[in-house]
Amino acid sequence: MSGHTYLGMPAFPERSAAAVQDAQLRHNLRHATRTIRGKRAAVIDELPDWPGAREAAKEIKDRTLRHLDRYLVQLEEAVTAAGGTVHWAADAAEANRIVVGLVEATGERSVVKVKSMATQEIGLNEALESAGITAYETDLAELIVQLGEDTPSHILVPAIHRNRAEIREIFQRAMADWGRPAPGDLTDDPRALAEAARLHLRERFMSTRVAVSGANFMVAETGTLVVLESEGNGRMCLTLPETLISVVGIEKTIPTWEDLSVFLELLPRSSTGERMNPYTTTWTGVTPGDGPQTFHLVLLDNGRTDVLADQVGRQALRCIRCSACLNVCPVYQRTGGHAYGSVYPGPIGAILTPQLRGMQSELDASLPYASTLCGACYEVCPVAIDIPEVLVHLRARAVQESGHRAERLAMRAARWVLERPVRLTRAQNAAGRFRRLIPKRLPGPLGGWTDTRDLPPVPRESFRAWWRRTEKGDS
Amino acid sequence: MGEGALELLAERIRDYRAQVRLVRAEEIPNAVAKALRARNARRIVVPPGFPAEWLASGECEWLSDEGPLTPAELDRVDGVITSCVVAIAETGTLVLDGGTGQGRRALTLIPDYHLCVVPVGRVVRTVAEAMPLLDPIRPLTWISGPSATSDIELDRVEGVHGPRTLEVIVVG
Amino acid sequence: MRRNVRVALFVTCVNDTIFPDTGKAVVRLLRRLGHEVDFPEGQTCCGQMHVNTGYPEAATALMRRFTQVFGGYEAVVAPSASCVATVREQYPRLAAAAGDPALAEEVTRVAGKVYDLSELLVDVLGTTDVGAYYPHTVTYHPTCHSLRGLHLGDRPLRLLRQVRGLRLVELPEAAECCGFGGTFAVKNPAVSTAMGIDKVTNVISTGAEVLCAADNSCLTHLGGTLSRLRAGVRTVHLAEILASVESGAA
Repeated sequence: MSGHTYLGMPAFPERSAAAVQDAQLRHNLRHATRTIRGKRAAVIDELPDWPGAREAAKEIKDRTLRHLDRYLVQLEEAVTAAGGTVHWAADAAEANRIVVGLVEATGERSVVKVKSMATQEIGLNEALESAGITAYETDLAELIVQLGEDTPSHILVPAIHRNRAEIREIFQRAMADWGRPAPGDLTDDPRALAEAARLHLRERFMSTRVAVSGANFMVAETGTLVVLESEGNGRMCLTLPETLISVVGIEKTIPTWEDLSVFLELLPRSSTGERMNPYTTTWTGVTPGDGPQTFHLVLLDNGRTDVLADQVGRQALRCIRCSACLNVCPVYQRTGGHAYGSVYPGPIGAILTPQLRGMQSELDASLPYASTLCGACYEVCPVAIDIPEVLVHLRARAVQESGHRAERLAMRAARWVLERPVRLTRAQNAAGRFRRLIPKRLPGPLGGWTDTRDLPPVPRESFRAWWRRTEKGDS
Repeated sequence: MGEGALELLAERIRDYRAQVRLVRAEEIPNAVAKALRARNARRIVVPPGFPAEWLASGECEWLSDEGPLTPAELDRVDGVITSCVVAIAETGTLVLDGGTGQGRRALTLIPDYHLCVVPVGRVVRTVAEAMPLLDPIRPLTWISGPSATSDIELDRVEGVHGPRTLEVIVVG
Repeated sequence: MRRNVRVALFVTCVNDTIFPDTGKAVVRLLRRLGHEVDFPEGQTCCGQMHVNTGYPEAATALMRRFTQVFGGYEAVVAPSASCVATVREQYPRLAAAAGDPALAEEVTRVAGKVYDLSELLVDVLGTTDVGAYYPHTVTYHPTCHSLRGLHLGDRPLRLLRQVRGLRLVELPEAAECCGFGGTFAVKNPAVSTAMGIDKVTNVISTGAEVLCAADNSCLTHLGGTLSRLRAGVRTVHLAEILASVESGAA
């Protein structure tokens, strides 16, 4: 995973502490996540058998991941037979090299892009820019991020941290630098903002000859790629240009066409809270007389096969990027996505990023701890990723792989005390005796508690001591 | 297809803020004419194979795609009329596969108005029922309402890059 | 309603050390209902803090102790949803990771008999009216482990509704996490505090005198926040309310 923009970033606690101070950010996030939660719940409740659908989706993904090598070969054969070209990229650098080469071969200096997590993950826009190629983001939220020289903070709605007034301001300030300026009388009505985006991008869609996309699913059996979207910018990119380059993580594979159905039921409902998203495009290779006549598929590994090797952690690869876990997460709701220092924020990011990037940096090692383990994410996940289970699993790896020296000593001491009741009794007696000496503000890391919260009084007598005294006559 | 699938389809499409008319087969030409007249839409793209008998209105100029039409030309028409290969009642979805009466994908993308006639016998209840009826080798477009976005404060607004108005005539 | 069940009390290390009144309340309550309570003194801690912070070996050692100490009982009760959830969810995983099939089997067997207090009362002992009296306005916070871990559902509320004198007021956004999260509270104090303040703001809005929950750990966090804000709302464990009777206060 491309870490270059995130190297040397402070860890989650520091980043999130700054974020919770931002009242505007917290307001925007609260408003947006509350809106979507209610809509999701309503359309999920409509499903006749949500637990069954969830189990089926999980089972399909697990089966695919178990035999991924086989399905990828099948996929490659089917795409090739349908007139596409398949490229394999082991890491971000290789994927970027391939895409830059493909664009350069067309002689074009610009591409239009459909929102794609995979290309963000590998830093494709930056790689294209270095080669003198301009990438135009066409998804509304991506456009807001690009125009605002910002970074995405949500999987589905990368500009969730911006409210309508801020979006209007960004459009007025920056649209002219990228093409058609914003209308002079632009208001902050979402309809007007959507209209401004329509006008700004219209000419771009009509004239750009190369598009770059990701994909939500790839059907191994048929070689079919699937993109779900809302605005029609995806259809524009997937239909009008002459060349289409799709960069897709290998875990997006599903075995058969029929398998697609359960995901089409679950993804829009979990994601935007709609029964179905406005537009879904599926294509298999190239079709004469309809759409791009040159199609390249870049299959991206970038750490995914390493994740597959971890029996507990691999379930993160089931993720279909719906972002329901972000929308219900109480931590995400207060910190926003930037605190996670990755294109994958929120609960899924907290288990995906450390697995894809490793836990060498302080930031990545802090991500498995960026959760209260409240379980709300697992409850809404349409592919039943037990995120708390993976978080706990990764915490054990973080302890093994990185520092935590002081904490390790404290944990060892706690274990020593708790291993023998007699030691616990002694510790309790000491606490009872010295309870009046415990300061109101604790030193060191425990000050994190007492800065904002009072401590409960330590009782004179533990339960254990009371039991002995009253049940056994000890004193 | 079960009891009430057409009504369910109509209700679910309306939820996306698209207009729906339920008509009998002999009412199609009238319904088409009425829809186009209401919008004052006169220059309409008609894909190859679309039944000519459904296009009664003399007020319209019917544009063929045999050229084919360029994106710029498509951007200047008043709308497009198509049929679909399958409609899914539960999700209010129309699926187009580029076959007879549907045309290539750009036809239903660039014009700002899409009028879709769902022929008799094309409605299924669930997504799962639709899958075996679709040929994945063909480029498919699943349409559920007009283009929309949830990108501003996660609240849905209709009308971005695709047709901002979708109108559906369901034949029963 | 069943009579004369012999119940082992797993008081939990936090209650043992900081909240002995909760343990005493369980003893009083179960005896009042005609059951026998035993406190196996070999018990210490379930290992929750260790496993959740990334120290599975330490937790496994504590799990072995737990299964030995409680293996012989018909029913084990713990006045802590999060500790019961640790036994039920984490123990089988820890045993599997330890590669010890015999331990895994034993752990699964024992975990099946470990209940949160409200589960024991409603499901095992078959009662929702425990004869309690508590003349206060109370709001109930379903902690994450009660709600999403153990799926306690409305059991605690059914018990509270039968308490005489008690006026139960609904907590807005009840299902939201309070922000405690074990070591999260000290590792991410800013977010933890922000969540805690939102939760106590909802608590204060109910006008309740007492905030009740099935986990003293979450109540410590919320009580500490309420106390720092001088909010005048007390935190009381569910067991202590259910143990209260007319003559004696909780």
